[in-house]
Amino acid sequence: MTDQINTYRAGPDERGHFGIFGGRFVAETLMPLILEVEKAWDAARDDPSFEEELQYYFKHYVGRPSPLYFAKRLTEHFGGAKIYFKRDELNHTGAHKINICIGQILLARRMGKTRIIAESWAGLLGVATATVCALLDLPCTIYLGSKDIERQAPNVFRMKLLGAEVKPVASGSNSLKDAMNEALRDWVANVENTFYIIGTVAGPHPYPAMVRDFQSVIGREAREQMIAAEGRIPDSLVACIGGGSNAMGLFHPFLDDPEVKIWGVEAAGLGLDTDKHAASLTGGRPGVLHGNRTYLLQDDDGQILEAHSISAGLDYPGIGPEHAWLFESGRVEYVSATDQEALEAFQLCSRLEGIIPALEPSHALAHVARIAGDLPQDHLLCMNMCGRGDKDIFTVAEALGVGL
Amino acid sequence: MSAAQDSGRIRRRFEALKEEGRGGLVTFVTAGDPDYETSREIVLGLPAAGADVIELGMPFSDPMADGPVVQAASQRALRAGMKLAKCLELVREFRAHDDDTPIVLMGYYNPIYNYGVDRFLADALAAGVDGLIVVDLPPEEDEELCLPSLKAGMNFIRLATPTTDDVRLPVVLSNTSGFVYYVSVMGITGTKSATEDAVRAAVERLRRHTDLPIGVGFGIKTPDAARAVAAVADAAVVGSAIVDRIVAGLDADGAPAPGLAGKVHDYVRELAAEVRSREESV
Ligand SMILES: Cc1ncc(COP(=O)(O)O)c(C=O)c1O
Repeated sequence: MTDQINTYRAGPDERGHFGIFGGRFVAETLMPLILEVEKAWDAARDDPSFEEELQYYFKHYVGRPSPLYFAKRLTEHFGGAKIYFKRDELNHTGAHKINICIGQILLARRMGKTRIIAESWAGLLGVATATVCALLDLPCTIYLGSKDIERQAPNVFRMKLLGAEVKPVASGSNSLKDAMNEALRDWVANVENTFYIIGTVAGPHPYPAMVRDFQSVIGREAREQMIAAEGRIPDSLVACIGGGSNAMGLFHPFLDDPEVKIWGVEAAGLGLDTDKHAASLTGGRPGVLHGNRTYLLQDDDGQILEAHSISAGLDYPGIGPEHAWLFESGRVEYVSATDQEALEAFQLCSRLEGIIPALEPSHALAHVARIAGDLPQDHLLCMNMCGRGDKDIFTVAEALGVGL
Repeated sequence: MSAAQDSGRIRRRFEALKEEGRGGLVTFVTAGDPDYETSREIVLGLPAAGADVIELGMPFSDPMADGPVVQAASQRALRAGMKLAKCLELVREFRAHDDDTPIVLMGYYNPIYNYGVDRFLADALAAGVDGLIVVDLPPEEDEELCLPSLKAGMNFIRLATPTTDDVRLPVVLSNTSGFVYYVSVMGITGTKSATEDAVRAAVERLRRHTDLPIGVGFGIKTPDAARAVAAVADAAVVGSAIVDRIVAGLDADGAPAPGLAGKVHDYVRELAAEVRSREESV
């Protein structure tokens, strides 16, 4: 690695830029509120009582710290690197998404907002949002592409049980990006009382940095836990990337340790040589959508393309701007895994470790499967097991031709 | 900053309206909706039907500030093969017939960024575009397109909204040229409507901050409402209500039925007649 840059952890600048990426590309109606969120976040960050409250819920409600687990059988199976899982799938509601829901909803409450909206993302963000809104007694509305209603049916029911209003979105391509558009439209119409939860490290500044900071608890814990277990920090990190929040959360505390090799794994869907994938870095180019400049899947005319992945949580045509910057600077290496590879990793992990992973981290595991065998046995690899697979069993059963 | 001379069409048009003693009618349709040929017929006939300024939507796959009507217009245009370059082609064809009516392109940044800002400005100016409204470029991102536009002689028309308070308003107005577009409701196009009192108060507030003409839009749904707005502002912008007439002219398969453009023009004539009547409603 080159050391022309002193630190990879200083971004974004005061205008929300990571290099040329990021920014605040939103309609004027939202701009005053975005500035208000930024101010509130700056104040909350420096307020010990906010941190205390956050830690309280992390510990007693989410169940943090999540364990760092040595995956012995997978390690033996691949015969190389020592594989550790950072087990954020054991969090309440089954994924890392709850970390940011707690953070953002506490912030919304501080700002006096009385209503929460979100897109559902893989369903898990919707569930986590509905969960924390139930806990803190705030009404919430969750937008979900009508295309996802079916493959997320159990999550839709969960959200409703938790008291959320679920709104199917039938516009554009009826997918996640359209649900995000619809949530933004709701926000524009209700800025005065409403807080918009963005589920990943994307959107207008300050969201990418704020979401990263909430998720960085993952990397900070992993760092301490690895030192406790092995006496040193890991040699490599692997995480899957939809928008990139679980990955940023794991990576960020290690960006300035040049000896740590970092891999982000995008979804290659049916293959990068098809038009059915979700790999914005490997298959896209810079553009502006949803409030930030980043790598996007788009056609020759700058129209945004629909992404494809078997994993609903990776099925997004963009990626957080900080990843776009880390990609161009070369600090993180971005690779991809196909639907098929993820399905294989999903089954392998279930059988060998007794952990049914979500399809999202199955992509990360697919890359681990590729590299682990060639790494030395004293190599410490930490993979973010960012979600559990209960939500995915129907999708997987269908892909494997099993009737439930 | 050294700014090039702009086309002057917007300024001349608003001066002429002032002399006539009336507010203007700004019409919005999406370029290429429902297809290029029909759209061309619609746009070319707008001045004769009474449009004082033409706002042309550049279709985008993800129009975050638009309601269902304009979203669907974008989708129809894209499905029919509309591209940014073809929007400029449409303007060029229009200019061959009409050298006076200002044309303002409205849309989102990504297609322009993708086309290349400098190349886009050069091609748009050559085609006869007078101004740009780009929804997702607030003053915080002026370096992207606003400053290059002003430098190249392209008007950059900014949106001011009910959430733009008095502290922020000067920031929003600072690099605005041509006219100011006041979004009279908090929300997306074609949904809510503002009350006349709210519009009047907003226009008065804006006038305390700027000498630029003020157009008011989002949520003007009837000729009556257009008249009321044009009586207090310098122009009323009508979009979704006109696009509704395009939808009404589609057959069961979504293809334009004969006479579609004429029906759109009839409706614009109704709007124009009301706007020209100049009466404030009760
Ligand atoms: C388990 C899980 N992993 C990963 C993701 C992708 O999001 P991100 O890349 O922001 O972590 C999601 C999104 O819902 C998810 O539920």
